[in-house]
Amino acid sequence: MSENRLGIAKTYKLYVGGAFPRSESGRSYPVNDSKGKFLANAAQASRKDAREAVVAARKAFPKWSGATAYNRGQVLYRVAELMEGRREQFVTEVAASEGVQTRRAQSLVDSAIDRWVWYAGWTDKIATVLGAANPVAGPYFSFTVPEPTGVVAVFAPQESSLLGLVSVVAPVIASGNTAVVVTSKERPLPSITLSEVLATSDVPGGVVNILTGSAVELAPWLASHADVNALDLTGAPTILRAELERAAAGTVKRVLRAPSAEPDWTKQPDISRLRAYLESKTVWHPLGV
Amino acid sequence: MATPTTARSGEGLPPELADATRDETTLRRFLHGLPGVDQVGVEQRAAGLATRSIKKASKLQAIDMAIAMVDLTTLEGADTPGKVRSLCAKARRPDPERPDVPQVAAVCVYPDLVATAVEALRGTPIGVASVATAFPSGRAAREVKLADVKQAVAAGASEVDMVIDRGAFLSGRYGLLFDEIQAVKAACGDAHLKVILETGELVTYDNVRRASWLALLAGGDFIKTSTGKVSPAATLPVTHVMLQAVHDWHKATGQLRGVKPAGGIRDTKTAVRYLVAVNEVAGPRWLDPKLFRFGASSLLNDLLMQRRTQLEGHYSGPDYVTVD
Repeated sequence: MSENRLGIAKTYKLYVGGAFPRSESGRSYPVNDSKGKFLANAAQASRKDAREAVVAARKAFPKWSGATAYNRGQVLYRVAELMEGRREQFVTEVAASEGVQTRRAQSLVDSAIDRWVWYAGWTDKIATVLGAANPVAGPYFSFTVPEPTGVVAVFAPQESSLLGLVSVVAPVIASGNTAVVVTSKERPLPSITLSEVLATSDVPGGVVNILTGSAVELAPWLASHADVNALDLTGAPTILRAELERAAAGTVKRVLRAPSAEPDWTKQPDISRLRAYLESKTVWHPLGV
Repeated sequence: MATPTTARSGEGLPPELADATRDETTLRRFLHGLPGVDQVGVEQRAAGLATRSIKKASKLQAIDMAIAMVDLTTLEGADTPGKVRSLCAKARRPDPERPDVPQVAAVCVYPDLVATAVEALRGTPIGVASVATAFPSGRAAREVKLADVKQAVAAGASEVDMVIDRGAFLSGRYGLLFDEIQAVKAACGDAHLKVILETGELVTYDNVRRASWLALLAGGDFIKTSTGKVSPAATLPVTHVMLQAVHDWHKATGQLRGVKPAGGIRDTKTAVRYLVAVNEVAGPRWLDPKLFRFGASSLLNDLLMQRRTQLEGHYSGPDYVTVD
């Protein structure tokens, strides 16, 4: 029976504003596994999809950044629970995309889920660690509090399809930013499954927007977009990076530089990625009477 | 409705239209004799025209045209003289970094803030429009409505946006409505009269067509879709029906009357669709701020952002336009 059954080839869509639209351009491209065998079709996002994603991320920003840190932590923890529920699917996709053995894929998926939980735990601790009550010589209080930067355009790693993705997306949203993520072009399937996880979780629509397609095509538009506040170059095409930084300077974006070779994502991270998308606000308070 | 005012409006009209305004019976016969609107047809045509793609230089031209057609509106209970003054400053120079951006057509405020707006716009060609006649419901005695209009005109409003009594229209008291529009028109003096039909409450396209013709017969210079306080506000198909009415009115009488969609037009894409509809349904002659206006507040910011996107080659954001 199962040998005779016709396989269902999937054509996936983008994830923008909590919905799954097709690319405005109508394009899609075949995704192959590491040996060149066809897996599925993925939508190929155009610059207009990127524009829509930024609009969605901007719209989601006030509510997400205004949510209490505790609430954000709960929402993110719930995402990790849902990822756990889809563990088998992630393992299959990671194994096929990255060409690793099942055992190694399992370990990568588990690390990714743990990474998500780790960042979820940071949401209500980051203000204490990075904020301060500054000593001043006068009848004032002076406080420094970290605040989210805004909309962050993230170029996800091209090699590490799930652990790398989680390692760059989770810190962005944990600190209260919203994200427009351009995924790995050759290995987008785990990111598409992650978008399905996010859609069924409590993360409000628009907080994470996932665009599959070519970073080469989308990067210049996101780097120059005046409504994007920060840029993560981790998975951006190496030859374009200088140009992207130049374009980002036009509207004074924060740019997170990255080495062109991907780091070892299994290594336990520090909070540098959380800090990268936070701005410090210092407030002077006269002492109460 | 054998009032003496009817004779005035009949002047210069072709006999069949003059005859329609003779009394309430002939008016009803005329309005109900108008051909019905093909609902599926008009919606399909509106959707079809909305698929046109306007790009590059044409888009830039459309954006500038739309900016020049905006009636920059603030109609909130919380309006203050300060807010009206800042709105007027924006009307005079929509994008301070780009002095070549055209000025908007008018600023639209409540009657008590007309004087503030007139003062702030002195020396510019920008009009001051005032809503009147117990906006937005239109539920008040006629003396109150006329006093509202007179106060606005006395304060210097160059345009008056009146609301019709939808209750009277829906219960078929066309004569009453006709008289009321005429009385308001008389009270306006030199000021332009825009008649708000509030199409969201008229329910059918047939009613919209009848109300449009009624307003045109009674002397409205513009017909306007909505107050912006009722949903649905302006839609493309409704605007189609109203554009057909002014087009047919021009054919029958030679007089040019305008259309103003208001409410719910928030982005450039939608505004450009309206411009396409104006060109196709009424004609290129109506692509003029004297004959077509957008009643909007947030639309202007989006037009300015799109204009910057066109000129600068990258997407712009709300951080680069003024917040109202």
